[in-house]
Amino acid sequence: MLKTFRIGGIHPKANKLSAGKAIQSIEIPHEVSIPLAQHIGAPSQPVVKKGDKVKVGTLIGKSVGFVSANIHSSVSGTVKKIDKVVDVSGYRRDAVIISVEGDEWEDSIDRSETLINECTLSQKEIIDKIAASGIVGMGGATFPTHVKLMPPPGTKAEVLIINGVECEPYLTSDHQLMMEKTEEILVGTTLLMKALNVSKAIIGIENNKRDAIAKFSQLASFYPGISIQPLKERYPQGGEKQLIDALIRRQVPSGALPIAVGAVVQNVGTTFAVYEAVQKNKPLFERIVTVTGEEVNNPCNIRSRIGIPLQVLIDFAGGLPQNTGKIISGGPMMGKAVAYTDIPVTKGTSGILIIPSSKAKRKTPKDCIRCAKCVQVCPMGLNPTLLMNLSEYAVWDRAEKNYITDCIECGSCSYTCPANRPLLDYIRLGKGKVMAIMKARKN
Amino acid sequence: MENKLVVSPSPHIHGGDSIPKNMYGVLIALIPAFLVSIYVFRMDAVIITLFSVLFCVGFEYLITKFILKKEPTIRDGSAILTGVLLAFNLPSNLPLWILAIGALAAIGIGKMSFGGLGNNIFNPALVGRIFLLISFPAQMTTWPVPATAATDAVTSATVLANLKFNPDNLPSLTHMFLGIEGGSLGEISALALLLGLGYLLWKKIITWHIPTAILGTVVIFSGILYLINPIPQHNPLIHLFSGGLMLGAVFMATDYVTSPLTKKGMLIYGFFIGIITMCIRLWGAYPEGMSFAIVLMNGFTPLINYYTTPKRFGEVRKNG
Repeated sequence: MLKTFRIGGIHPKANKLSAGKAIQSIEIPHEVSIPLAQHIGAPSQPVVKKGDKVKVGTLIGKSVGFVSANIHSSVSGTVKKIDKVVDVSGYRRDAVIISVEGDEWEDSIDRSETLINECTLSQKEIIDKIAASGIVGMGGATFPTHVKLMPPPGTKAEVLIINGVECEPYLTSDHQLMMEKTEEILVGTTLLMKALNVSKAIIGIENNKRDAIAKFSQLASFYPGISIQPLKERYPQGGEKQLIDALIRRQVPSGALPIAVGAVVQNVGTTFAVYEAVQKNKPLFERIVTVTGEEVNNPCNIRSRIGIPLQVLIDFAGGLPQNTGKIISGGPMMGKAVAYTDIPVTKGTSGILIIPSSKAKRKTPKDCIRCAKCVQVCPMGLNPTLLMNLSEYAVWDRAEKNYITDCIECGSCSYTCPANRPLLDYIRLGKGKVMAIMKARKN
Repeated sequence: MENKLVVSPSPHIHGGDSIPKNMYGVLIALIPAFLVSIYVFRMDAVIITLFSVLFCVGFEYLITKFILKKEPTIRDGSAILTGVLLAFNLPSNLPLWILAIGALAAIGIGKMSFGGLGNNIFNPALVGRIFLLISFPAQMTTWPVPATAATDAVTSATVLANLKFNPDNLPSLTHMFLGIEGGSLGEISALALLLGLGYLLWKKIITWHIPTAILGTVVIFSGILYLINPIPQHNPLIHLFSGGLMLGAVFMATDYVTSPLTKKGMLIYGFFIGIITMCIRLWGAYPEGMSFAIVLMNGFTPLINYYTTPKRFGEVRKNG
């Protein structure tokens, strides 16, 4: 029996159309918009102004406060302006707009493909380098990585977990990265182990990626302390709490962080970025993006610089199909639908999924038949139909008592509901409201 | 192009489950029991089932269209299911005009008066059955002899009635298990109903909790009594294979709308259905108490839902 998490979960069709497609680079357009808010936490402060010359890897936004991250230029050229640009959230937010001239990189960056195993840096030096390079969680949550590497006082990391689950249907960017950069990810894992001062790391990979499991298992023996764990296919196994439960049988208590059970989780994409930052002096300014969808001509995995409009990636995959009804940044379960194709790729853009208009709209909701399927699939052990009703009728105290704030917004409830009820829509709304109430009470 | 894009919150895909899929799934699971009823009661079984479905669907259509003035909901399959389940709870020789009254009680009082599917408190088919049992006790408890029996008699008592009033006159356990006995249309064959249970579990239409809790409680309850005093009235197997227990445990008590949401709640609900059924069977005035037990516990379902919560993630911090 393969390991998996113990509560709830669903098994949506994987639809990995771009699996096995080699990572391709795309031409850089003549202009990019690099948002200053690409991470959870405070947006960074611009350190360039109109007319400044920048190279690939030049710092253009400085992190402000503890939870924030640096932003680097992904192109060389001239800063055209700093202006509001619509990003994936749908809001207009500050971005640095750069006119591209050539492709000149900062001299400090090692552009060779040579694998560098050795690292003589200390724990603190590694963390500082990760922070300086602007690395954030690349699975989609975009939480600044260096913050996760500094456990709060009184807690201690015991095990590092590397998330190679990629449980979102359609997405293959992590899978392809694992196939092409296996050793780099393993070195990155040892770097993270050093940064956390742990001797044990587990790389969790879902069983639909047998080639990646085989490749990692073969090479992991050269890296002491790292083990590979195949996992049963199950959504949302890539959720931090679910993955910890699946791998080490510990459940993070309500409201607590993974460090409460001695675990720190990092995505494989993040781990690769850590390798590049520490060993190659390369800040985070590009990432792998899957462009996919049933009607897409050429589903593929693209290495894209941050700030390139989605349209350029879509064109590379064969252009927007005639019958497009919805464009999603991310996967179909947790991704965000976008209204425009000129929004830029950011550090959290794991994929672009194009859905035909016939499947873009939801079906009409019916009355709840209390079949309890949402209760059975909720991976947090909540009662989604109750939480939806409480949110609908604004009964915030009961919503709080029924742990609405534990919801990880995985969407399993809405996915499962035979009456097509918009469970997560209401729970998300209620969760926001209850969190605001709890915050106000604290102050 | 741009202005045609749909922007909605996640998730952007749906598993494809629907209310009709579940309803028709239950109907498929009822096929074995229907076949046995045709074998045992011949054309009567077909006529009662057919008319019960027609009455139920017809009343739902008329009520939604002319009284509630809403879009008729008959396509979701729930009225068909109510019709079949009502028929399965009736003797095969019931006059059709009584059947029509039962269907009206089931759909009109049991379901539509609360607002239709999803809003009813009590199982509609059982509301219909109990309405008829109280209104027409004679017709509702006169059972035709199985067409397979080699006797000239026209009517007979059920196993449970014999158990209560005439314990020397019982069919063999094998006959009870297969369903060669008197009784309501669809309740007679434990084997056919268990096949249906297997299908429901396989298709994940229901979980094991409610049927197991009910059947387990009945077996343990009567088993303890049997160990103390081994008379037929205490025989767990006779209780298991007779009356409406199996039909109720598999198809009636598991009705989505009227049963609890959490696994814990389902177990509590099933346990009490088992207890109440056995109390009525052993010490009540009626030979059978399954439908009363289910409807009573339907009434407690909101309370059970209020007090039971699912097992939350992180409740057990470390367990190996």
